[in-house]
Amino acid sequence: MNPSLAVYQGMKRAGINFAASVPCVNLQELLASINEDGQIVHVPVTREEEGVGLCAGAWMGGLRPALLMQNSGLGNSINALASLDMLYGIPLLMIISHRGGQGEPVIGQVPMGQLTAPLLDAMAIPHFSPRLADAEETVAGAWSRAYASRRPVAVLLDLDFWRAK
Amino acid sequence: MKRIDAIFLAGQAAQAQDALLVSNIGFPSRELCSVMDRPHNFYMLGSMGLASSIGLGLALAGPERKVIVLDGDGSVLMNLGTLATIAHHAPENYLLVILDNCCYGSTGSQPTCTHLGTDLFALAKAAGIKNVKKVDQADDLPQVLQGQGVVIVKVEAGNAAVPIISLSPEEIIERFMRCARPAARS
Repeated sequence: MNPSLAVYQGMKRAGINFAASVPCVNLQELLASINEDGQIVHVPVTREEEGVGLCAGAWMGGLRPALLMQNSGLGNSINALASLDMLYGIPLLMIISHRGGQGEPVIGQVPMGQLTAPLLDAMAIPHFSPRLADAEETVAGAWSRAYASRRPVAVLLDLDFWRAK
Repeated sequence: MKRIDAIFLAGQAAQAQDALLVSNIGFPSRELCSVMDRPHNFYMLGSMGLASSIGLGLALAGPERKVIVLDGDGSVLMNLGTLATIAHHAPENYLLVILDNCCYGSTGSQPTCTHLGTDLFALAKAAGIKNVKKVDQADDLPQVLQGQGVVIVKVEAGNAAVPIISLSPEEIIERFMRCARPAARS
């Protein structure tokens, strides 16, 4: 099993049919799969916060939304997650490439890498960091939890995850 | 024209077209709620800058339903990338109305960059949006509200004396989604 395919299959199992994205090098295969999937409306956005807005609209219009981004984008989305999704009770599946951890070659990724889980904790947004073997299950379960609790839920996919075979 | 008059015309146009209407945070939502409250109105209470994005998500989710967005110059300037996204993804059922009063009207009327000459019409065009219009007179607004794309409406600065929206966020989204979801569509 390939990491991108495991996440994609989890999204399909959850019935995700709307995706907004800002790319990360680790998301490239997944983004290509979503782009080719005729059952998923895919909107690449210019900034992650914009994606939070698009996903909220898609949800209110009857679709199941996911936001794909790097963890740097979490910082760009905090106000929208709080004063749109959490305020109105809008579910969102966030698929986040979690950079800045063990083995990170780009020093600029380190500060947000360390802050990602604490920021989510401070916002009481549940987050999961699956290994390859349980990724499909975790992604599908994360949407179920978002849907049931009407709030955002994050799946954090770190460097080890993307290196797994 | 006064902003509240433009908002009333937009509310009327939305009603006539059975359209969903997303309204920007602050006084614009309060003014809409006071002159033309409908369950089809989504009143933003936060997330400044995202009205156009919320409306675009709605329009893509339900291509058979018209979506009108009431945005402001300050809010669009906060999310200028939205114009590029709209250019490449907005469907035929999407109309973004930018009410340009050249100031941050809900926070004390501090000037925005449109006051200094930044041209939202030119920015929308340059982003690649084909159908961009500019309206200065109230008489010209109803016809433009039938269309799609982006329209920049010049309005006077200043807010109407209207109350705070009494609906809770839960009430706003609950009644809005009953209108917006596919099962609810006529």
